[in-house]
Amino acid sequence: MAMESSNNMNILIQDIEDGLDTEELSEEKAIDHEDIEIRLILETVKLVHGYDFTNYAYASMKRRLEKNLDESGLEKLSEMIPLIIHDKDFFRRFLHNISVNFTEMFRDPHFFLSIRQMIIPYLKTYPFVKIWAAGISTGEEIYSLAILFREEGIYDNCIIYATDFNDNVLEIARDGIYPAADMKLNTANYQRSGGKESFAGYYHAGYDSVIFDSSLKKNIVFANHNLVTDGVFGEMNMVICRNVLIYFNKKLQDHVLELFSQSLRRNGFLCLGAKESLEFSTSAPLYSVVDKAARIFKKKRDVL
Amino acid sequence: MISELKAIAIGVSAGGFNALHRILPMFRSDFILPIMVVQHRKADQESYLITSLNDKCQLSVKEPLDKTKIEPGNIYIAPGGYHLLVEKDYYFSLSVDPPVCYCRPSIDVLFESAAEAFGSTLVGIILTGANFDGTKGIKRIKSLGGITIAENPETAEINYMPRSAIKTNAVDHILNLDDIPGFIEKLLGK
Repeated sequence: MAMESSNNMNILIQDIEDGLDTEELSEEKAIDHEDIEIRLILETVKLVHGYDFTNYAYASMKRRLEKNLDESGLEKLSEMIPLIIHDKDFFRRFLHNISVNFTEMFRDPHFFLSIRQMIIPYLKTYPFVKIWAAGISTGEEIYSLAILFREEGIYDNCIIYATDFNDNVLEIARDGIYPAADMKLNTANYQRSGGKESFAGYYHAGYDSVIFDSSLKKNIVFANHNLVTDGVFGEMNMVICRNVLIYFNKKLQDHVLELFSQSLRRNGFLCLGAKESLEFSTSAPLYSVVDKAARIFKKKRDVL
Repeated sequence: MISELKAIAIGVSAGGFNALHRILPMFRSDFILPIMVVQHRKADQESYLITSLNDKCQLSVKEPLDKTKIEPGNIYIAPGGYHLLVEKDYYFSLSVDPPVCYCRPSIDVLFESAAEAFGSTLVGIILTGANFDGTKGIKRIKSLGGITIAENPETAEINYMPRSAIKTNAVDHILNLDDIPGFIEKLLGK
């Protein structure tokens, strides 16, 4: 009898193990587990380091986390958690890998052409102009704006607040040093954006890099600002935030667009990325369209 | 047993302009599934492909913006220069993350995210191309229970991409281009 019950027990244990095995093989179950691991990772990052990625667009965040997993040589997403807590170097690489820092100068030349033709004449009617560029990454767009404003004669009457949550990219932006190899594309973009000078006149070349003329930085204030957790910049004439909102989910997009609405003065301009839209947002009624293709909007009235 | 289908995802590269103009107009105006397409192309080539397809298709052809809801009766073409991803509650998100298989938009990025969102209710189709993009994506669709189709390499304009997908053994059906819309109608029980 004793033998028999022990056999039964073995069979039972075998059944449970089989059950566990099948469960491990189910791809749907694996996705559920990954979702939990990702939530734990993002919660850990928030608790330990104060960066809140919990309302980022999920599908692309998952891809970046999986890529980081591949690079780290770990097996499971959750194995990153202790390293995020205890290993500074790991966390620095992690933060770099899950941030997206793709940018180029005069990206979407049509947008910059529209700024020249439709916005500058309006801005010129003000004695002084305040601009907030949010999520500037490595800063290519900031130098593009500075060049455009100088050519249009309003640079000396403006201040540009250039912000990002990531100190590493802010430092690159502040230095204004970029690969020389990028200048071919940047020059082509500049010309298509209505550029009036020789583009090479704005930078000094040396070996594989170029450095943009430091006079372009005169009226730029580089500052750390986190769109998720930090507050309003007051009385702006223009807010530029291009290809940042695509990384947020709808809830966070609404929050950030509200932040922009509160930062803009009446008749101020909001500039978004080429594929970003106000139409899905709660802030949509506050704006009129200036240039639909260039994604330039104008604030109609003050937020109540 | 075929579970209820919810969406079609198509990946196509070199030769895609002709291939899309052949098959997309064959979907009738009462076709009930959204069709999501990644055609490899450069960032600035958008408008002509969309306008030209819209002239010939019964369904509405558009480039989705970030957070566009995925709705039946539409053909969505990924914008040049952006990855197109499907979120779990059936809307699109876009990204400018680095290229995958040298491509942005990348077929793998659409297929893998769509597979996770739609599971067994997705049909994934690989058409002509000279790239291996979409191969990982087809495997992912298959492993999550979706239906996978590759254009017949014998008749595809460029056979490398469908051949690469077929090699994974994750392709359920190999069909000539012109037979694909009718085959899907049949899956839907028409």
